[in-house]
Amino acid sequence: MASQIVNMRVNGRDEQLVVSALTTLQAVLRDKLDYTSVKDGCSQGGCGSCSVMVDGELRLSCLTPVQEVNGSEVTTLEGLNQSNSITALQEKFVEKYAAQCGFCTPGMMVAIKALLDKNTNPSRDEISEALAGNICRCTGYLPIIEAVESVVAEMSGSAGD
Amino acid sequence: MAVKDLKIVGQPVKLRDLDTHVTGETVFYEDVRVARLLHLKMHRSKHSHAKILNIDTSAAESSPGVVCVLTHEDLPGKKVYNGLAGAGVGPEDEPILAFDKVRWKGESVVAVVAETPEQAAAGAAKVKVDYEELPAVFDVEEALQDGAPNLTAHWPNNHYIYPDNHKAAQVRFGDVEKAFAEADHIVEDRYDTQPIEQAPMETNGCIAVPEGDGRVTVHSCSQGLQFSLDTTAGILDMPASKLRFVGGTVGGGFGGKVDIMPEPITTLAALRTGRPVKFKYTREEEMQVSSSRSGWRVYIKDGVMNDGRIIARKVTTYQDSGAYLRFSSYGSMKHCGSMPGPYSIPNVWVDSIVVFTNRTPSNAMRGFGVMAGSFALEVQMDKVAETIGMDPWEVRLINAYREGDMKSHLKPVEDAGMVETILSAAKLAGKDLPENFQNMSSLDRKAG
Repeated sequence: MASQIVNMRVNGRDEQLVVSALTTLQAVLRDKLDYTSVKDGCSQGGCGSCSVMVDGELRLSCLTPVQEVNGSEVTTLEGLNQSNSITALQEKFVEKYAAQCGFCTPGMMVAIKALLDKNTNPSRDEISEALAGNICRCTGYLPIIEAVESVVAEMSGSAGD
Repeated sequence: MAVKDLKIVGQPVKLRDLDTHVTGETVFYEDVRVARLLHLKMHRSKHSHAKILNIDTSAAESSPGVVCVLTHEDLPGKKVYNGLAGAGVGPEDEPILAFDKVRWKGESVVAVVAETPEQAAAGAAKVKVDYEELPAVFDVEEALQDGAPNLTAHWPNNHYIYPDNHKAAQVRFGDVEKAFAEADHIVEDRYDTQPIEQAPMETNGCIAVPEGDGRVTVHSCSQGLQFSLDTTAGILDMPASKLRFVGGTVGGGFGGKVDIMPEPITTLAALRTGRPVKFKYTREEEMQVSSSRSGWRVYIKDGVMNDGRIIARKVTTYQDSGAYLRFSSYGSMKHCGSMPGPYSIPNVWVDSIVVFTNRTPSNAMRGFGVMAGSFALEVQMDKVAETIGMDPWEVRLINAYREGDMKSHLKPVEDAGMVETILSAAKLAGKDLPENFQNMSSLDRKAG
């Protein structure tokens, strides 16, 4: 099958790529553009470690053919770092020890950011639901949820714990 | 020293790479960037037990993008290995690439190296191996029966042979048969645990980079970097000083990255091609091929008195090592030593046998050998309590070891805290124990 040209804006920078059919967004971000925060835990949509945002929506980059995002705006954790938009969340993750091996953490960060962009005051159930697609095999879910709750509490102006 | 003076105990210690975990800047092995990277994929056995009649790699060699194809004939050093050979464990029994037989479904047969992962996978699929299928055995006790299919001449009866020709790791303490005859009750049962995949988020893998000075740098996610380095040096028949293994950042391990899996063949491929090579397990390979926790079968027979004392415990355990030894003899030793649990029992007999079957080779996972034993023992303790009509907390407190008791493997108990631990757990659980039990101490057996 013939190659195609894909244009997209990744973390604020315009990119033009020549890709073959069925190339995934994950492969382009990791291997062509070197955004290594996009992890590859399963390549089959089962773990959430490759989570990115496409036009503000949470997406599994391993299941997204890159042609589908032609003309879109793509944001990885590197992009969120640049904009400092998740500094508070990162500080809470460190404070609450919400990471162990660290492999699932970038995907968690993106998924939480996608949640908080839409819902500034999520309940515990809504936080759990938003992270249902992100596996942490070090079984650190509780500190992760508590870190999010703590950020939410500060954002809404009430006293954090 | 007062507790308040402690600077480390009781204080959380910050992970050294926590700050970069949350920004995604931590460098896992796969995040290392190298130019002109090749990719390795493995052609694996489709059979659980079969004789290899012929290996034909011609179609793989001419497949688009394929740079190098490796079979057992390309191995410069030894053909079989064990990761603990340096610690005296042997004989080495596991082929790096299969040559005479395959002994489990998923065993490595031919490595194919290509420009892209897709081309390597396509090449590996074109390898043609002719097999003569053999009967297979998947159950530990069936494997030990007369006439069971034999996996290898190393283990003529399908079990590991410990030093001095012992069939099992053993504990012998007192006289269990005499005590069984004196016991008020005999409580017996069988406990099975299944193999469990550790399933780390990051699958096993490595990147081997040949350097200008003849050395090879290997970026690895191994939990046992030194094991991997030593074993790779042995397999490649090169001095360890020519290898530089870089690790330390493991995307989840849980025992599933202690084995020596991708490094030796990837290092060989890098030397052969003169280019960096990456070998990354797919999620399917991680589940099917990488070593799991062993399945264990534990038989326990207890002699119990009406007052709650266990006076004899006999344990026979079969550890399913899968097709090869790996670290199982160590796991069975640990299992054996952890019996009869944190209880002082005057007569104990334990046999823990490493059995070979045509299943995926097994290895460590959180509490190697100990978890299956603890599961079996604690369910057994509840059955003991049920049999004599006693509260299960009280049965455990009566039998819990006390300071100075002799353990069945002939080490005296030091710094005993079992009684206090049970009492603290009872308090947290809201369990109301009689006063004589609340007054118990690890220092003596006076109360109760």
